[in-house]
Amino acid sequence: MPLRKEIKRVLVIGSGPIVIGQAAEFDYAGSQVCRALMAAGLEVILVNSNPATIMTDKQMATEVYIEPLTLPVLKRIIKETKPDSLLSTMGGQTGLTLAMQLAKSGFLEAQNVRLLGARLDTIDKAEDRQLFKDMLESVGEPAIPSDIANTLDAALVIAQEIGYPVIVRPAYTLGGTGGGMAKNEVELRSIAEKGLSLSPIRQVLVEKSVSGWKEIEFELMRDSAGNIITVCSMENLDPVGVHTGDSVVVAPALTLADKEFQMLRSSAMRIAQALGIEGGCNIQYALRPDSFEYGVIEVNPRVSRSSALASKATGYPIAKVASLISIGYTLDEIPNAVTGKTKACFEPSIDYIVLKFPRWPFDKFVYANRELGTQMKATGEVMAIGQSLEEALMKAVRCLEQGMDDLNLPGLSDTPQDKLLEMLSEATDERFFLIYAALKKGVSPEQIFQLTGVDPFFTHKMLHIAEVEKALAQGPLDEERYETARRAGFTDGLIERYCGASPENPLPVGFKMVDTCAAEYEAETPYFYSSCDRENEASEFIQSHPKKGKKLVVFGSGPIRIGQGVEFDYCSVRCVQQLRSMGHEAILINNNPETVSTDFDMSDRLYFEPLTPDDVNAVLATEQPDGVVVQFGGQTAIRLAKHMQKTGVPIFGTSADAVDEAEDRERFDALTERLHIPRPKGETVYTKEEAVRAAGALGYPVLLRPSYVLGGQNMIIANSESDVREYMDIITGGERPSSPILIDQYLTGTEVEVDAICDGEDFLIPGIMEHIERAGIHSGDSISLWPPQNLPQTVLDTVVEYTGRFVRELGVVGLMNIQYVLHKEKVYVIEVNPRASRTVPFISKVTGIPAVDLATRALLGEKLKDMGWGTGLGAENGMVAVKVPVFSFPKLQDADTHLGPEMKSTGEVMGIDYHLENALFKGLLAAGYELHKVGSTVLFAVRDEDKEEAVPLAGKFVKLGYSISATPQTAAKLREHGIISRVVELSDDAPESTKALFDTGEVDFVVSTSRIGRKPARLSTQLRRRAIERNIATLTSLDTANALANCLLRGTTLEDCTMVDIGTIKTGQKS
Amino acid sequence: MPNNKAYLILADETVYPGHAFGAETDTIGEVVFTTSMSGYQESLTDPGNIGTILCQTFPSAGNYGLNSLDSESSRVWPAGYVTREWCAHPSNFRSEVNLDLFLRDHGVPGLAGIDTRSLTRHLRQKGTLVGALVHTLPEDLRQFCAGLQKERPLRNAVRHVSRKEPTGFPAEGVRKHKVVLYDFGVKNSVIRQLCLRGCEVVAVPFDYPADKAAVLSPDGLLLSNGPGDAEELSALFGNIQKLTTFGLPLFGIDLGHQLLALALGAKSEKLPFGHHGENQPVTDLQRGRTYITSQGHSHSVLAESIRAGQVSHLNANDGSVEGIRYPALSAFSVQFHAEACAGPEDTLFLFDDFIQMMENR
Repeated sequence: MPLRKEIKRVLVIGSGPIVIGQAAEFDYAGSQVCRALMAAGLEVILVNSNPATIMTDKQMATEVYIEPLTLPVLKRIIKETKPDSLLSTMGGQTGLTLAMQLAKSGFLEAQNVRLLGARLDTIDKAEDRQLFKDMLESVGEPAIPSDIANTLDAALVIAQEIGYPVIVRPAYTLGGTGGGMAKNEVELRSIAEKGLSLSPIRQVLVEKSVSGWKEIEFELMRDSAGNIITVCSMENLDPVGVHTGDSVVVAPALTLADKEFQMLRSSAMRIAQALGIEGGCNIQYALRPDSFEYGVIEVNPRVSRSSALASKATGYPIAKVASLISIGYTLDEIPNAVTGKTKACFEPSIDYIVLKFPRWPFDKFVYANRELGTQMKATGEVMAIGQSLEEALMKAVRCLEQGMDDLNLPGLSDTPQDKLLEMLSEATDERFFLIYAALKKGVSPEQIFQLTGVDPFFTHKMLHIAEVEKALAQGPLDEERYETARRAGFTDGLIERYCGASPENPLPVGFKMVDTCAAEYEAETPYFYSSCDRENEASEFIQSHPKKGKKLVVFGSGPIRIGQGVEFDYCSVRCVQQLRSMGHEAILINNNPETVSTDFDMSDRLYFEPLTPDDVNAVLATEQPDGVVVQFGGQTAIRLAKHMQKTGVPIFGTSADAVDEAEDRERFDALTERLHIPRPKGETVYTKEEAVRAAGALGYPVLLRPSYVLGGQNMIIANSESDVREYMDIITGGERPSSPILIDQYLTGTEVEVDAICDGEDFLIPGIMEHIERAGIHSGDSISLWPPQNLPQTVLDTVVEYTGRFVRELGVVGLMNIQYVLHKEKVYVIEVNPRASRTVPFISKVTGIPAVDLATRALLGEKLKDMGWGTGLGAENGMVAVKVPVFSFPKLQDADTHLGPEMKSTGEVMGIDYHLENALFKGLLAAGYELHKVGSTVLFAVRDEDKEEAVPLAGKFVKLGYSISATPQTAAKLREHGIISRVVELSDDAPESTKALFDTGEVDFVVSTSRIGRKPARLSTQLRRRAIERNIATLTSLDTANALANCLLRGTTLEDCTMVDIGTIKTGQKS
Repeated sequence: MPNNKAYLILADETVYPGHAFGAETDTIGEVVFTTSMSGYQESLTDPGNIGTILCQTFPSAGNYGLNSLDSESSRVWPAGYVTREWCAHPSNFRSEVNLDLFLRDHGVPGLAGIDTRSLTRHLRQKGTLVGALVHTLPEDLRQFCAGLQKERPLRNAVRHVSRKEPTGFPAEGVRKHKVVLYDFGVKNSVIRQLCLRGCEVVAVPFDYPADKAAVLSPDGLLLSNGPGDAEELSALFGNIQKLTTFGLPLFGIDLGHQLLALALGAKSEKLPFGHHGENQPVTDLQRGRTYITSQGHSHSVLAESIRAGQVSHLNANDGSVEGIRYPALSAFSVQFHAEACAGPEDTLFLFDDFIQMMENR
């Protein structure tokens, strides 16, 4: 059936901010959908609260609303924009749940809006546990024994019936938030209680544990005519028990015989038919490793993280095809974009092995519980393509950018075997490296299977890697050994490190095409991966496609992690698009399957590869580009600048030397001195004693961090000598670090941030951003305001002036980000990043100045004065915008929620309006804060230096009608100023009372600051954890708390706000 | 990894050096590729692959080992097997033997360690080529390849793969129908699908006289899958035509489909690359749906040449004929492997259709 005629205007709901369990995959999906629907001639109205995405660019849809994803907001937008349809399946669980709520309440029907993508009953059958079980039963498919409980008692009864261990899964939460495995009644009590409180409908599923079974996934597409295909099968290396988002996954499934494979495939098809899926669908199975017994774990009747992976793994554009199906097309009508000749109704056949490896945030959350289970903890993932499992695994490890280029986790070589085996009994983020260490110590794959449930097929492959490593170390490096190593994914650099000799005749790196059909048909997909084969399909492709303009290789940003999120994918994609629109050739290297940048039709050629010097060299050797672009892919890309300088490939944009000058401590000191720009005093140290001495000399508080920084990694504010000692112990691990530790004076004050587009001489600052939180909280965790509301003109002038000095002195071409602090009315520079920053998409959207586009033009030699956007500071346009960080704390057990110089947020939302109050209201609402009074209490527990300031804050809450609870000392301070509070003890034996307080539901907010946090055992950390686990907003900066209180005091409501179509924002005209 | 060298030499003098596994014999055959990502045991034991040097495009074969239940016949039919990598440590609860030992047991040589994608692309460009899998390079490559060029594909492959004597297979459960199955190289799973549905099956040799088949008083007839080009089996057309006069429900699969069409006056043509693999989309014109099917054939019946029946299925990619219905003869046939194994089970319901026809008689 062709396009349904009655569909003209489609509302698409995005997934909101990046949080654990819902990451960039929905930017990929949403962007594909918008493009597909627009190409089909439809009008698209997009709503998403996340400004860092490609999908929220004004070009992507007819109307783009970066507004909070709440029901009242959506209802308002629907009423105002009058769509005739709503596509529910592209915005993750968030989008699906909202769509379902809109439909169930009868609102959609009343507004004459039809639901596309998944029918209401389909969503219900997939999401409601009982309906799901009934549906499975109706088609004779086995569910895993389970029952639903709405109370703790009911959960205990169910567990009694089906027997422990049981898995608890809360209904309607994303990434399995709040779930877990309980081995006994005591564990079940705690897990079920938490699960019930986190489920929006207070419902959990108590399920028989099939822990240890194989976890197999199928990605399907079905259309309204009932045509159905499986795009891809996937096998989790981690058996059932570890969330699939935290599992290492291969595609296709590798250990299933055809009989098992077809059994599950046919089952998946029956289920998708029974659900009446129209679009994409993901089904997860548990399969016993020793029989044909299986159970259906879960069905997602929508595009999911796995869809993005399957899409990149096969080249099949799942989101695009799903959206065409949702507007009426059938699979056999939709052309296959890869072959151009055949239709989308086929099953991709791949001739390589794909491996996905998750990226966890435990480098940021040193004290977080690293155990993996049913609650997803990874922030992102990488994908690697190889001709063998070994090659894919080795590439994946390089893609992770965790300082490893093989499977040897530092520090494990001396761990005794029995200790390793003990460590292996729990699944953690280090599991596969522990397995590798154990294999090297002679533990057999079968033993490892007994301990971990990881199929020996995979561990035998890892053992093979260990054997190759051993053979290399024994030498000599003959042709045989060399080739075997290369086939197993060892780079030349690694081989040289193992055997101390470089190969006599190094093998060139060849590239193979991803073509969905295993070379059966001729394809023209500009999508390549490396292999050690001599044949180079990329070279053939390049030869048969005449070069256009300049050829530039753009480095992407790798996996999503805290500090390097989807913003950098946004920048990479915009750069590539701008290059192409200017008639140049843009080649992209990246390895993140969740992103828009790794869609093969985004660039002229896509290389799915690690971003390391060796891997990048191979691409450059094949491409022979005119230059590379290193400034849009975050730290991942800029880190390669030095290497490019060595190889002699020109960098388009700021030079490697300028990058070094901004990042190298001593050179930067000299630079600021030369430019007469003040900066906090600092020193460079290597040892604990040096650090203590330096801190004493600088005066507390001081800021400590390693010299190369990513999102404030491992950065703390030390208030005392003991803080310095604790920090140095963690960061150095008792050894002398290879790069120095930096100690700086910590200056309190307002933080100010700018992004500047530079052409080497002139610059354009789209807007200056002011942070609500004082310096000391990482800029990525602060609420940013644009335009600045509290800064005198002289400060703004100074910021612009200083920025200009940096631009000219460093010869910056492209983008630059600078952070300043206003301390005692004096402007200091804190940090200069000669690259695109996290705030670029935000500032571009709110000012209407396309920063990346202009920067890209500057890279190619254009001058700002010829671009027509002006120079200096861009003018305001009457709008006010705030960027509010979003955290994933509930998912990271034991992680302290206290904000500090180390970044902790995983994503961001935006609020934009004509008035500051409204923008702030929207921003806080979008970030998930309750902005109407629900409970009755605010709990205060603040450190000594905050006590004075806490008084007026508490006063505001009192005025709002809240009662105050406080810890004894805070309470005493409040009493001094006439604020009476209920005293809450925080002591080892008192946690029960605070817990009880939280459980009453009376507490709306917790204001908690402490001098030192981090350690889970500390009472203040525990208090914050308990609050976050009960979904109680916890404010760890008085500035944030004040902003929130002010917002509440003003009593702003949605009715006061305007729904802003980003496309209508005008760029400010300078007077 | 064993390290003894072996080579695949194509008739056009292309040489792929790699590692030997399986039996240590040299062999010659038509080099064909399959894009199936698993199901190697079924492919190796499918009589349809007789005489080929079979190349797996998926780079790792033998991952889940082989067992005594999944074979489609009692022997390995390809003359040689080519894969990028074979798995020495298979893992599956039913695995009994690894690929190396399995091929050794069946006297078939294997070649690993070559760039199979490069080979596949080469074959796609050059069309099917004869090749040799050898363990030492010939002294005079040119002369050797000249010899290869003279090799003709195996003729009358059906004669080699068909059984010599009728064999009975009991129905599973209650016996409801009796089917006489013409074995042109039948896969076990075709027989299994019938038995599962309560059919007693008598499998007969490819040239079993129609009269004798009638004597067995079947409720239905099945013309099985098999290797090769139906055109060269014109000697069988008369007998098959006669089978259609009995008024019995008749179901043709793969080669059986082509033989039935040609026996009833249609013509076939060679497809540019053939259809091989498990991901061929086929549109069922009556049901209005497209199914994913398993296929392995090089020829296709020409739509315009069909006299007695009407096209019921089309290949959704290239529009070639995938199925024909003969309402007047109570016969139908499909080009694809309705029995799956290896491959999707989406069209197993055709066996139900066949049973229904017998029940409706």
